[in-house]
Amino acid sequence: MSAGKVTDGRIDVFIDGEKVRCPPGTNLIDLVEGMGKEIPHYCYHPKLSVSGNCRMCLVELGTPAMDRETGKPVLDEDGAPKIMYFPNPVIACATRLTSGMRVRTQSAKVRECREAVLEFLLINHPLDCPICDQAGECLLQEFATDYGRGYSRFIEKKVVKPKRTVLGPRVMLDDERCILCSRCVRFCQEVVEDDVLGFVDRGTYTTLTCYPGKQLENNYSLNTVDICPVGALTSRDFRFRMRVWFLKETPSICTESSVGVNTLVGSREGKVYRITPRRNDGVNDTWMSDSGRALYKRIEDENRLIDFRVNRLPVRPEDALSEALRRLQGDKVAFVGSGQSSVEEHFLFNCLSRAAGSVLNCLVSRTREGDGFLISNDANPNVRGALCLGFIDTLPEANLTGLAEKINRGEVDAVVVHNEDLTTAGIGRSLLEKVEVIYLGSHGNGASETASVVIPGLTVFEKSGTFINQQFRLQKFLQAVPGPPGVLDDLVTISRLLNLLGKDEGRLATPAAVWAVLSRRLKCFEGISFDTLPETGALLDGSAFRSLPFCEGPSLHFEPETGTVEARA
Amino acid sequence: MAVKILKRRPLSLLEKTYLPQILIGLKITLRNLFRPSVTLQYPEERPDIPEGYRGVPTLVKDANGREKCVACQLCEFVCPPRAIRITSRELETGGEDAHIEKAPDEFEIDMLRCIYCGYCQEVCPEEAIWLQDVFSISGYSREAMVFDKEKLYQLGGTLPDNHFKWDRKKAEEEAAKRH
Ligand code: SF4
Ligand code: SF4
Ligand code: SF4
Ligand code: SF4
Ligand code: FES
Repeated sequence: MSAGKVTDGRIDVFIDGEKVRCPPGTNLIDLVEGMGKEIPHYCYHPKLSVSGNCRMCLVELGTPAMDRETGKPVLDEDGAPKIMYFPNPVIACATRLTSGMRVRTQSAKVRECREAVLEFLLINHPLDCPICDQAGECLLQEFATDYGRGYSRFIEKKVVKPKRTVLGPRVMLDDERCILCSRCVRFCQEVVEDDVLGFVDRGTYTTLTCYPGKQLENNYSLNTVDICPVGALTSRDFRFRMRVWFLKETPSICTESSVGVNTLVGSREGKVYRITPRRNDGVNDTWMSDSGRALYKRIEDENRLIDFRVNRLPVRPEDALSEALRRLQGDKVAFVGSGQSSVEEHFLFNCLSRAAGSVLNCLVSRTREGDGFLISNDANPNVRGALCLGFIDTLPEANLTGLAEKINRGEVDAVVVHNEDLTTAGIGRSLLEKVEVIYLGSHGNGASETASVVIPGLTVFEKSGTFINQQFRLQKFLQAVPGPPGVLDDLVTISRLLNLLGKDEGRLATPAAVWAVLSRRLKCFEGISFDTLPETGALLDGSAFRSLPFCEGPSLHFEPETGTVEARA
Repeated sequence: MAVKILKRRPLSLLEKTYLPQILIGLKITLRNLFRPSVTLQYPEERPDIPEGYRGVPTLVKDANGREKCVACQLCEFVCPPRAIRITSRELETGGEDAHIEKAPDEFEIDMLRCIYCGYCQEVCPEEAIWLQDVFSISGYSREAMVFDKEKLYQLGGTLPDNHFKWDRKKAEEEAAKRH
């Protein structure tokens, strides 16, 4: 066997005459995608089981002929193995590659198959594109451009099916547009194990419905909207609000929990319209929670801070900063950071706390019960960032008892708070009134109300930075929309304060600048730069923190290590 | 660069009197005095606008008097100077037009930006936006030159086409319901 010789466990296959090496059993669609080409498909999804019902992925497939008696490959006159093509095309999504296979993805026959499949898919399809939310990212539109005939030969009456069916609190169904690919059904069965969707009736009347008396209401329901190749399933929140071709998609990280789900933030002209998952096979595959998608609404929350204030009166930014500086220089200061701050903010905040001779650094924990899938027990996305940078060396607490004691004993005059509400973290209002609070944050809360200096900040959508998730994976998020006018980036604010204190770090006002220093200063960040950090993140060495009792339980692609500390010792 | 000096021919005696030129000019004037006038008394009189003229873009209603635009925002996308702004809304279920599902909530064209290219008309899948024969518009402020939906429909009027796409769709739906 010359063509299909097995080397290092990998096999050679030939795609349109091009030799490719891959592990045996690789899925044909995935392989071709990896080559930068495409086999059109609807029902296949890399993270779901193969159902092979749409037939769009038909290709011509050949295998080396075997002699039945000797079990050896048959050779032709030139001594090359003889290739037997299957008489009929086969579906690529159910083809697992074996040694020496040959595939034609572009032949006339394949093209004819695609044209025929598409024509059948379109016979009962409504002419809805102008009002259909999928338009612009619809696989039916895309392949119709490539393989459609441009007019319809179907003169019979189209089948009429229910439109605007409410499937659940967040998902709407248009049955006429459904091409019965069953991706949504398989997602509910296999990924969330909430088996609510299914097909009823037969033939062209087959209709997708919910199980009677049930709703598609699990916290992952909107993933069905993402994977639906057509506009049958639409998000009720996003529906009709913006056409997708206007959206600028910025890679970001979901702040819902320490899982660090990779996302794309869709915005137009400074307004966020939707958040969708971004594929990362090491973190969230292609999924994300519904609750995480709603987080963009916080941008326009009514308690958003936009003014610089000193003693509750609006002032110019410089005045607020110099007032903060006065406190930092003169007083005994404690620092309360946030598990929602980026790595860069933790770094500068830590520098600031050292420059001010901080009495105490602490972080507020946000633990709750996760779902074991993509929401972990820790609602703080970046506790590990604070640990890596040495801002704290123990895990955050829900009640800042240490700080409360110090305030009671009069050992603290001022507290610098980043984004946290101290009144719900064990420091009651009466206690808070004993100290001066310098509050830096995007939203108002109990702490900002009593604060003597308030400096507004940005949300995760309005700034760039990095988070370290539960796997110690460093992941980058980029600015999607500009912040409210006049509001400074938190990094800029902290670096200005450092600058006023005469520290070198005062020059570091962008993530890239911070990383240029960080990668040299800290061993765990060696060789990392902000600009070249891969989209899928970089795994850091978290072994130094192995003994800490992190609160996360197992979730997708994550097994907690702490449970086994004793076992290993 | 070399400068070339042209010689001027000196005027003849007759030319120096200017009389022939004056007489020629008077001839033209006298001839036009007895010809029919071609001047339009604008704005009281208006020119005939030929078919296919690209005037102000307007929104039209269909033969049933229903708004044709479904807020697909293709015109907004294609418009080269970004003159169009649309926000859409979902039509209530149960209403007369519920089967259309979507309609523009606001539709604005900034006529100071519009370059009368006609792309919006060309791209519209519902034949809802038309450059018609209105060519003269004015206003006292920039804001007044941003035409809203009401004004655009007022300028556009009704276009009696005979597609009746949505009527057919509704009929099909009702026929299916009777089964
Ligand atoms: S699903 Fe695709 S092809 Fe069908 S109406 Fe929507 S955009 Fe058009
Ligand atoms: S609703 Fe969408 S995902 Fe579900 S079967 Fe129909 S086309 Fe496929
Ligand atoms: S005519 Fe051209 S410039 Fe004017 S609104 Fe239409 S697309 Fe825009
Ligand atoms: S006028 Fe036509 S192109 Fe523009 S939004 Fe309405 S339907 Fe779409
Ligand atoms: S993708 Fe292969 S049959 Fe649908």
